[in-house]
Amino acid sequence: MTKRLFVKGNEAVAMAAIEAGCRYYFGYPITPQSDIPEYMSAELPRLGGEFIQAESEIAAVNMLLGASATGVRAMTSSSGPGISLKQEGISYMAGSELPGVIVDIARSGPGLGGIDASQADYFQAVKGGGHGGYHIIVLAPASVQEMYDLTMLAFDLADIYRMPAMILSDSVIGQMKEALIPNRRPEAELPSKEWAVRGKGEGDQRIVKSLYLGDGELEAHNWKLHNRYCELKEKECRWEAFRTEDADLLVTAFGSCARIAKTAIMLAREEGLKVGLLRPVTLFPFPAAAYEELTSRCKKILDIELNAGQMIEDVRLSVSPDTEVFFYGRPPGTGSLPTPEELLEQIRKHY
Amino acid sequence: MPRILIEETRCKGCGLCTIACPRNLIILSERINNQGYTPAQFANDEKCSGCALCAEMCPDVAIEVYR
Amino acid sequence: MPQIFKRPTSLKDVQTHFCSGCHHGTIHRLVAEAMDEFGVQGRAIGIASVGCSVFLYSYFDIDVVEAPHGRAPAVATGVKRARPGSFVFTYQGDGDLAAIGTSEIIHAANRGEDITVIFVNNTTYGMTGGQMAPTTMVGQRTSTSPYGRMKEKDGAPLRMAELLAQLEGVSFSARVAVNSPRNLMDAKKQIKTAFRYQVEGKGFSFIEALSACPTNWGMKPLQANERVGTELCDYFRLGVYKNIMEL
Repeated sequence: MTKRLFVKGNEAVAMAAIEAGCRYYFGYPITPQSDIPEYMSAELPRLGGEFIQAESEIAAVNMLLGASATGVRAMTSSSGPGISLKQEGISYMAGSELPGVIVDIARSGPGLGGIDASQADYFQAVKGGGHGGYHIIVLAPASVQEMYDLTMLAFDLADIYRMPAMILSDSVIGQMKEALIPNRRPEAELPSKEWAVRGKGEGDQRIVKSLYLGDGELEAHNWKLHNRYCELKEKECRWEAFRTEDADLLVTAFGSCARIAKTAIMLAREEGLKVGLLRPVTLFPFPAAAYEELTSRCKKILDIELNAGQMIEDVRLSVSPDTEVFFYGRPPGTGSLPTPEELLEQIRKHY
Repeated sequence: MPRILIEETRCKGCGLCTIACPRNLIILSERINNQGYTPAQFANDEKCSGCALCAEMCPDVAIEVYR
Repeated sequence: MPQIFKRPTSLKDVQTHFCSGCHHGTIHRLVAEAMDEFGVQGRAIGIASVGCSVFLYSYFDIDVVEAPHGRAPAVATGVKRARPGSFVFTYQGDGDLAAIGTSEIIHAANRGEDITVIFVNNTTYGMTGGQMAPTTMVGQRTSTSPYGRMKEKDGAPLRMAELLAQLEGVSFSARVAVNSPRNLMDAKKQIKTAFRYQVEGKGFSFIEALSACPTNWGMKPLQANERVGTELCDYFRLGVYKNIMEL
């Protein structure tokens, strides 16, 4: 019989990281993600790994940079305010072509904001939150099972594309307990890390850096990174289409909001309204082709977010021409998480 | 007899070797090298003891010492 | 006739970008000599910082990771924990280590990370054009302290070798200079001790090396060299501030 566990989303992330071979974790406490460092602090020493509670989020991400530079799988996690601090290191990792997994169990902002669920870190995550114009892979789980499976995928994608990968979630998914099947690490064809610094031995010197001062060097480096983003868009887009075949209205949402939207869609279906859900699983690369294809038939799409409108920009850029794009969102904060009935009302309004 | 070899093209003419030499055997030349500096010059190779202090002080590792 | 002084193997045979009379080149050579002596070139991983020391990889023939400004001790921590058998050192300037990276250096030292930190103190931000550093002397004019550093407003220069010596995790902390043959020979000895402690797994070792910056001090090389021996050594006293083997 398949083993089933009953765990929190945050614990699922930590368990998946370990299953994926991650033995190095560097972090700092912040609500609502502290279950992750707590879990790692108990498990990694037993597995011969290293857990460091860093002096800051900045130090933690730079420890990740250092460990990743040696070729090992390593991870850090935080919530919005800490992710802001990590942006410096994420930019350096992107520039230095280093893999590594960063988990953002987002909380509401701006500033100290609050600890409630939020999707207001969308821009920060998918648009390259730090300086210099780069992207990282961003995956948006909508269940505890996906927290687990997508974390393992994040490690693989980071290694394959030599760039940081982020799990973008929030307290709804992170703090919720659900059944989990602890799948084995999937087989993946991974490139050898011939760039990793391990001491040159008898071989040639290896350098992990993001400084390019020579004439034309940095432009060429940036084109190389850009081409990798294009390759990601071509090969790695993932999404879920739920009851979209006959839909007269598409709803789109990611992560926690998509769960509520799904319930609202089922309520709408009970009323005879033909409504479907398009849920992006990869936020970068954004599954633009799926939007284009689905809206070439169904010309109305309602975007629902737990913010005042961020993903909407990518939705508008992706839908086929003449598609009507509607938006319903609430900025994060205590009491702002919409109910299924509230979303059903929006579905009725735009149907 | 001990001697030193100053690699003129690497020399930046800082003069630190001139104050390092206990016998004041090194001077800065009047010539200008490829970098635009006036490089150090071994003025008297008869008295060199090969102590290597000039080479130790040189920030550009431009001096080799033989003894 | 045998060659008794030559370029160390760990140091590439290339021209450096350092200004005339800058001590970075000398400090680089001493570090390379120490690496040669302990035979660690093949397992060495250097952590480059931001500033004049950023081109570590151009001069040392070893593997190098470039760290963001001030973060070298954190990057070194990640490297060393992931590869405990490697020889890891950071090479940082005063703005990098004693201003923006104060948190990282103190906590790496306090954890007793088994790394060596080479800290080059030339009392200014060299690469960015000679602005006031946390180590700038009181009264020293820089491009951001045009009236001279004021103690009442800017604080006094930070003495990092003394400060770090107080932390439990530190095995060795010393301040050296390379402005005279005598100081340089002592610097050589202290750098080797710092490296030996890492090789022997004794914990965090720290070398603060005073350096001239003739360009940003607006001095001729010999004049700047002289300033290290007088004004700097007077405030930043040379010596060993902690040696775990002598406690």
